[in-house]
Amino acid sequence: MNMQSNPNIDTALETSTSELPPKNTIGVWGWLRKNLFSSWLNTLLTIVTVWFVYAVLNKSLSWILGAAEWQVIAANFRLIFVGQYPVEELWRIWLSLSIVSALMGLSWGLWRGTMANLSVSLSFIYFIVAVMPFIQSGTRVWLFMNIALVLSGYFIGKKLTGKWVKRAIIAAWLLSFPVTIVLIKGFGVLPDVATNVWGGFLLTILITIVGIIFSFPLGILLALGRTSKLPVVRWFCITYIEVIRGVPLITVFFTAQIMIPLFIQGFEINNIVRVMIGVSLFTAAYAAENVRGGLQSIPRGQYEAAQALGLSTPRMMFFVILPQALRAVIPAMVGQYISMFKDTSLVAIVGLFDLLGIGKTIVSNPDFLGKHMEVYLFIALIYWVVAFSMSYASRRMEKSLGVGER
Amino acid sequence: MLLDYKLDFNPDTPLEERDDIIVCKGVNKWYGNHHVLKDVNVSVKQGEVVVILGPSGSGKSTFIRTINGLEEYQKGEIVVDGHRVANDVAEIEAIRKETGMVFQSFNLFPHMTILNNITLAPIWVRKWPKAKAEEIALKLLERVGIPEQAHKYPGQLSGGQQQRVAIARALAMQPKIMLFDEPTSALDPEMIKEVLDVMKELARSGMTMLVVTHEMGFAREVADRIILFDQGVIIEEGTPAELFDNPKHERTKLFLSQIL
Repeated sequence: MNMQSNPNIDTALETSTSELPPKNTIGVWGWLRKNLFSSWLNTLLTIVTVWFVYAVLNKSLSWILGAAEWQVIAANFRLIFVGQYPVEELWRIWLSLSIVSALMGLSWGLWRGTMANLSVSLSFIYFIVAVMPFIQSGTRVWLFMNIALVLSGYFIGKKLTGKWVKRAIIAAWLLSFPVTIVLIKGFGVLPDVATNVWGGFLLTILITIVGIIFSFPLGILLALGRTSKLPVVRWFCITYIEVIRGVPLITVFFTAQIMIPLFIQGFEINNIVRVMIGVSLFTAAYAAENVRGGLQSIPRGQYEAAQALGLSTPRMMFFVILPQALRAVIPAMVGQYISMFKDTSLVAIVGLFDLLGIGKTIVSNPDFLGKHMEVYLFIALIYWVVAFSMSYASRRMEKSLGVGER
Repeated sequence: MLLDYKLDFNPDTPLEERDDIIVCKGVNKWYGNHHVLKDVNVSVKQGEVVVILGPSGSGKSTFIRTINGLEEYQKGEIVVDGHRVANDVAEIEAIRKETGMVFQSFNLFPHMTILNNITLAPIWVRKWPKAKAEEIALKLLERVGIPEQAHKYPGQLSGGQQQRVAIARALAMQPKIMLFDEPTSALDPEMIKEVLDVMKELARSGMTMLVVTHEMGFAREVADRIILFDQGVIIEEGTPAELFDNPKHERTKLFLSQIL
C-alpha cells in the first residue's frame, strides 16, 4: 500500500493545543440585533415584552414606593415573625437564631461554595432588617450581633483544619434543632411557653423543618418498602402512599385534629404537634414516590456488582444504591419541600396562626382596615425569600454533587 | 505476582488430581416458557481456567451468572466450594464472598473513589480494618498498573482502566474463583490488550477462572479447557488444541468458521 503522509499534520499537531477559538467580536449592537431584532417577529415580541414589563413595573413600583402605607408592617413586625411569643422570653428565639448564624459562619469558612452564598444572603437580610427605621434598638443589637457571629464564624472556620472539625460541625447542625426546640418551648429547663402563642414566621418555619426532618427518612423507608420482595410490607406501603396521595392536605389536617384524639386517649396531643405529624405523614408519601423514581434510575448492574461482592441487601442499599438514587432526586425532593413550605399556610384553617394566619388577623384588625395589600405583599415576600433560598441551595448542591454529569 | 494470598491447593499437583471447586449437575433454567439452559453439567477443578464460547443468546452468560446466584435456576444443582447455590441467603452470600465477578459494563460505583470502590466489600463483608483494606487495595492497583488513579472517580478513567479497577475490586476480597462475563466486549480495541494481560497474569498465578469471551487468542493461549454453548446446551468441550484444530461437532466447525 502506498502511504502518503500529510506534511501539514506535524505542524497541526504542534499548534493545535495553543490555538484558541476566534474571538467573539459582534459587540453590543451586534448582540442586540442578533438576539432581540433578528426578524420582524422577534422585533415585535421584544417591543411587546418591553412595553408589558414597563407597564407592570411602573404601576406596582409607584404603588409600593408611593401610595402604600408600610406602617402596618412596622406596627406588626414582631407579630408577623413570632406571633404572640412573650416579649420577655424573646431572647430564647434570638439565641436559637444566633446558634444558626454561628454554625452558618463556621460552615462558610469550612466548606465555602453554597455556604458562602447562603451566609452572605443571611447577613444581608439581617442588615436590611436592622436598618429599617422602625426597628427597636434592642432588636438592632441582636441583628448586628448575628451578623458579627456569621463573620467571626467564617474567620474561625477558615482557620480550623482536621477531619473531626467537619464532623463536629455536622453534628452541631443536627443537634441545633432539638436545642432550638427546647429553647423555644422550655420543657421545664426554662419557663414553659405554651404552643398556642407560637405563631407567624416562627411557626411556619418550625412546621417546615419538622416536616422535612421526619418525612425524609420515612419517605425512604416507604420507597424501599414499596420495592420490597415481602408482599405484606409492599402492600402496606403501596396502600399508605396511594391513600395519602389521594387526599388533600387539608383533610389530613382535619383528620389529625379530630381522629388522633379519638385513637389516643388518656393524654392530650398538642394542636401544633398534631399538625406537624400530619405534614410529615403527608409529605412522606410524596417523598417516597420521588425516592422510588431515583431507585428505578439506578442501572441493574449496580445491584449486581454489589451483590457479587457479597454485600447484604441493607448494606448494598445504604452504600451503593441509595446514595446514587437520592442524589438523582435532589431537584424533585427540594421541589417537594418548597411546596410543603408553602402548603403549611393551610394550618390557618385548623386554627393556628402561622405566617398567613397572622396576616389574616392583622388585616381584620379595625386599626389596619384596608391595609391587606401591604400585609399580603410583605408576607408573600417572606415566602419568596425562603422558597428561593431553598431552590438556590438545591441547585448549588446538585452542582457540587455532580448530578447529571455522569 | 498478582496474588499475594495463598490459594488452598498445591499448584504443583497435576490438574486431573485436584479437587472440583465448582460442580453443576443437570442445571435447567427457563425465562417464562423459554428454556435457556438445558441439562448443563460442568465441573471445574481448583486452579483451572475454563473459557466458555458460543454465539450470543446461547446461554453462556446466563450460565456463569447462575454460579454466584445472580440468576436463579429451576432444576438441577450447583455446588461451589461446598456451598449449594439455592434459595438460602446465607449460602449464597458465603459463595459470593469466595467468588469474584467482572462484568461487561464494569459496574464500578460512580459515586465512590477508586479506592473506596475496592475497599467497600473488604471492610463490610470481610470485616477487615480500613487500614488493611486500603493497603491491599493500593497494592492491587499497583499490580494492575494504575496506582496513580486511587483517588479519582470511575468517570475520570478510560474503559480499560475501569475494567482493571473492577478486576482489582473483585480480587481485593481474596476470592478462590473469578468469573468473567465478557470483560472486553465493551472496550475500544486498543484497550482490550491491557485487560487481557491482567487476566493472563491472573491465570498464571493459579486462580480458578470461568471466562465468557469472544477473544479467541486469549482462549487458545490461556484456557485449560474450552466449553462451547449453543441454544442452552453444551455442544462440545475440550482443550484449546482439540477444539480449535480438531472440532468433532458440525456446530463447532460452523461457529469457529464464523468467528475466526
